[in-house]
Parts: sequence; C-alpha cells; structure tokens
Amino acid sequence: MEHIIKTPVTTEELKALKAGDSVLLSGIVYTARDQAHKQMCECLDRGEALPFDIEGSAIYYVGPTPEKEGMVIGSAGPTTSGRMDAYSPRLLDLGNKVMIGKGKRNDAVKDAIIRNGAVYLAAIGGAGALMASSVKNAEVIAWPELGCEAVRRLEVENLPLTVVIDSTGQDLYETGPAEYLKKTAR
Amino acid sequence: MKIITADQIRANVKKLCIEANLKLPEDVVRALTAAKEAEDWPVAKDILGLLEENLKVAAEKEIPICQDTGAACVFVELGNDVHIDGDLEQAINDGVHDGYIEGYLRKSIAADPLRRGNTEDNTPAFITTHITTGDKLKITVLPKGCGSENMSALRMLKPADGVQGVVDFVLETVSSAGSNPCPPTVLGIGIGGTFDKVAYLSKKALLRPLGEPNPDPYYAELEARLLKEINELGIGPQGFGGRTTCLSVAIEQMPTHVAGLPVAVNVSCHVTRRASVEL
Repeated sequence: MEHIIKTPVTTEELKALKAGDSVLLSGIVYTARDQAHKQMCECLDRGEALPFDIEGSAIYYVGPTPEKEGMVIGSAGPTTSGRMDAYSPRLLDLGNKVMIGKGKRNDAVKDAIIRNGAVYLAAIGGAGALMASSVKNAEVIAWPELGCEAVRRLEVENLPLTVVIDSTGQDLYETGPAEYLKKTAR
Repeated sequence: MKIITADQIRANVKKLCIEANLKLPEDVVRALTAAKEAEDWPVAKDILGLLEENLKVAAEKEIPICQDTGAACVFVELGNDVHIDGDLEQAINDGVHDGYIEGYLRKSIAADPLRRGNTEDNTPAFITTHITTGDKLKITVLPKGCGSENMSALRMLKPADGVQGVVDFVLETVSSAGSNPCPPTVLGIGIGGTFDKVAYLSKKALLRPLGEPNPDPYYAELEARLLKEINELGIGPQGFGGRTTCLSVAIEQMPTHVAGLPVAVNVSCHVTRRASVEL
C-alpha cells in the first residue's frame, strides 16, 4: 500500500502505516546524524532548546555531499540508523515521530516507537543521487562547523520511503526475509 | 628508469577520486543488471531497478552515486625502475585533497578516532604500496563507505575449524549485518597469513572485477559455494527480503602459521567503486 504523508505528522495518521508499505513524504525534514544527535542530547542535558521543533518532526539520518553551483543539495542517501539508537528513544519521547535511515534498530528504539506511536522509515541505502531528487530546498540551521553532519532543514517533495518499523513494532527486516524464505521453501 | 613527478601523481589521484565516485565500474553495473534479471521477488526486483535508476541520475547530474564518498583507500604498485620526483605519499594525499574539494565529494574523515573533528579534505588516504618490477606505476583508488566497512569482521579460527569454519563465519557475518551494509553486497574475503595480512587480503579481494573467479579452482569453488549459501539467506536488496543479498564473493588466500586459520570478511556495498591508472 502507498501513503502520501506530509510533515508535521500526528500519531493518528501514522497508525495507517504498516511495515512494508510505501510512503511518499513531503514537507519539512531535519537532517541529523552521529554528532548532531550527540549535541542535541547535550542541549537537553543543559536544559537548552533543540535546534528545531521536535513535536511531530521527521528526522533524516543523512550527511549529504556538498551541493554544486545551482543545486540545492548533493547526493543525499541514508546512513546506518543503528548508530543513533543511543539517542533516539529520548527524542521520540519528546515528540519526534518519523525517523528516516537504513538498517536495524535495537529493542529500546522499537519500544519507544510503540510507546509514542512513531514510525521508522527506510530510504534506499546507496541511492543518494536518486534521494536528492526529492529535496527542493536545504538550509543549515545548526552547528555548521559539523560540515556534512550539521543540522539541515530540508524541504522535500515525495521522498520515496518504505515503512520498516510501524507503530505496532512490526519490523520489515524480520518479516520481509521470512516471507521470502517461506514462499521459496522447497 | 622512468621519472614520474609528484604533480603527475597528484593530478591523476584527483581525477580517480572524482571518477570513482560518479561512475561505477562496468563489472559492477553488469552484476547489478544480471542480479535484477535473476531476481524473482517483486519487491527485490523493484529495489534493484531503483539502484540502476540511481546510477543514471548520478551520471546525468554529475553527482556522487552515494553520499558516503568514502575513505580514500589507495593501492599503489610501484615498479622498481620508476623514480618518483617528489614525495609519493604526499602527492597521493594532495590528489585526494584536490579531488574531494574540487569534485564536491563529502569529507568523511574524523581527524582523531576518539576526539573526532574532521580533516576537512578527506585526507589522509589509506595507502598500500607494493614494489614490483618494471617501470610502471599503477594507482587504484577505492573509495570505501563505512556503512559496509562497519559490518566487516575478522576471526582467528583454529585449523580444525577448516573450510566449514570459514563458511560458518562468513554466513554469520552476513546474517548479523542484515540490512546495515546496503545489500546487495560485495564481499572480499581474506584467508591465511597473519592477523594484519588477512585484513589486507580481504580488502585486496575487493579490487578484483566482479564475476572473475579465484585462479585456484579450489578457492573458485569456495567462492561459488559462499555466494550460493549467502543468497539463500533471504535478506535481499536493502534487507527487505529476496534472493539478491550478495553480488559477488572474492577470496584472496596465502600461507599461514601451522597453528592458525585467520579469516577476514571485508563487506562492501552495491556501490563498490574503484578507478585505476597506469603511468
């Protein structure tokens, strides 16, 4: 099934998304990867505000290549999400609703997804040129000194994604291969 | 005696860094196309089609295939009749600096493993030099992404573990990596040598064109067996399920200690990039 979703999102609309479904995501997506997650959590420790409104937000784990003249962004595919597992539950509990990346998440993240009615979506790993085609605008909004790891505010249009972990905790990385093996069992 | 200048090396390394990141080698493209044709699982076939589409977009827009433009792994074969006019390693690093800055490639090197920071120009290159005979200098740039590098593994097996021990370790590595290394992957496997040499062998194996078997029929057969068993795991492209988990397995082997059986698995992704020049 294919869903058209616009950020910011609500728990209610995310309920319709099931592991394995396709999503075309539009609206504002914030980029953050390793160092930005670390610094966001340090902000929270100090009682400071995050660089963007976390409620209903979508965070894309990406460190794009520099944009050439006349382009808004370079290549922009997902990085491995598991490195953000240490930070994600805290952000989900504060209202982050959509995480975009690739690769497995741990049980603490899955629990936080279920607890908060959030979702984990996958972009196509290694398809950075294709993913960049959906980015219409990009602006660094925090920690420019982090370079590719800086927090960017992206305006995206129909970013093609797949639901990996839905709000009930169903995980496509488990169900997808299992279904394939079942169908092809001799 | 042939004289090759540092400037020549610098200019060529720059060109190779950019070329490798924008265009996949023909053998990798062929392997992806063949995998798509052989794939019978619709979701998996669609993903493989999108990977081909991505290559087209990268070529049209002249932007990197993947945003992780990698650590610059550079392999040098230096003939002993070549005189380098200048500093070889500095020239390579200068070429990486130029290529990554002028080619709009991502600067992905943390200046210190614990204190982090960024070197801002993707240096240093990770250089392996071999002295050979003759008057040629061959340079290969292999930009290596870290999503797959992080899923690589090394184990010191016991001789009694034998070939089954090697197969089990490789399958365990691929299974536990799952979706993380952006499957379909390409595997470089080192067997034998010492702790350090086996890791080197596994990376060297990634230089071999996909589909070209090990010259030793025993190891060629093991490569085919591993590829078959990996593609029966069901992980599939992106880990969503399917036949195509791995595009190619290449083994490099060497003698080892009577007490040892080192094995290293260097995992690479569907964007296995390399570009070479011979001066």
